[in-house]
Amino acid sequence: MNAKMKETILNPILKGNPITVLVLGICSSLAVTVELKGALVMALSVIVVTGMSSLICSLLRKTIPNRVRIIIQLVVVAMMVILVDQVLKSFEGTYPLDKQLSVYIGLIITNCIVMGRIEAFALGNKPIPSLLDGLANGVGYGLILIIVAFFRELFGSGTLFGLPVLSALGYTNNGLMILPPMALILIGCIIWVQRSIQKDLQENY
Amino acid sequence: MEYINLFVKSIFVDNMIFAYFLGMCSYLAVSKNVKTANGLGIAVIAMLIITLPLNYLLNKFVLTPGALSWLGDSFANVDLSFLSFILFIAVIAAFTQVVEMVVEKFMPALYSSLGIYLPLIAVNCAILGGSLFMQQRDFGNIGEAAVYALGSGIGWWLAIVALAAIREKLSYSNVPAGLKGIGITFITVGLMGIAFMAFMGISL
Repeated sequence: MNAKMKETILNPILKGNPITVLVLGICSSLAVTVELKGALVMALSVIVVTGMSSLICSLLRKTIPNRVRIIIQLVVVAMMVILVDQVLKSFEGTYPLDKQLSVYIGLIITNCIVMGRIEAFALGNKPIPSLLDGLANGVGYGLILIIVAFFRELFGSGTLFGLPVLSALGYTNNGLMILPPMALILIGCIIWVQRSIQKDLQENY
Repeated sequence: MEYINLFVKSIFVDNMIFAYFLGMCSYLAVSKNVKTANGLGIAVIAMLIITLPLNYLLNKFVLTPGALSWLGDSFANVDLSFLSFILFIAVIAAFTQVVEMVVEKFMPALYSSLGIYLPLIAVNCAILGGSLFMQQRDFGNIGEAAVYALGSGIGWWLAIVALAAIREKLSYSNVPAGLKGIGITFITVGLMGIAFMAFMGISL
């Protein structure tokens, strides 16, 4: 059981990473990686939403009729996202968030990771492993988000979390890194690195 | 004129894929050949045109602060905006079901080739994203919302058909082993995004 739990936790972070291997949840993630702060908020929100909605759907798995399960899952996920959104709004005075980010928080509802994990795991497993699976997938997603945001903020604006790092050394900002397409290219490179190390993930065509 | 400006802008400048990364999951997964990509693109256009004006009305007459005042003075202070996510997604999920039934009945070939991705339109970020951007941008009337829906739908369709065409050619080229498949697709989309940035700043 313990080995299985470890597998449940570690698999989504490395071998079955939702972004680089399963290619889920790219939608709402890339636009928030311009700076580390936004990426961190987004990652934490997604971890909470995937974990909690997997747990709830797993608790409900025996009572949900198969035909209407998508709608019920959407309601559970939407409820969790509304909670997260309201919590973030209550901190707006002290920690103001980008207006753009608030749209992407709403888009967690349609983040394929959440629905994908509920469909693939939570509906067939006990609550505790489902919770762990949800949290681990959120972490795997957040990890990629933070790696991308780290490079984009460091080379794009020369700062980390808004504090000057490279710009203090007289670095000229590379405006290309701030532009949206660079996030895609960076993820492409992360995939390249990962698949060069884990050769069994390579595709043939 | 304003409508044409909004239309062109939502296709090229504010392209759902290249400027906002919305609908990426199905965009990357269903773009292996042009025919299926075309079908999904048209389904997305249809969904956007149906759901976005509906959600606009919902937003204007139910959700924004004070929107319920048409019910009477006692409702003038009601603010239901926290319900917008759940109502928008409910409208979208319901209409996905309808579109799915129509496609299954009249276009069985397209139905079988889209497979799982047809129900997944309900969770396609482009659709919900369209509604959320509509809410954020405060469109003046329903005409603007409809034009925005049509424009962003066509933008999405254009992007997926273009990527599918490139990927069909790409399968004959010699790509490094680690980049094969999804890796090179990401980089291709990134390069296409840079190309689309040439449209930035266009206004008619």
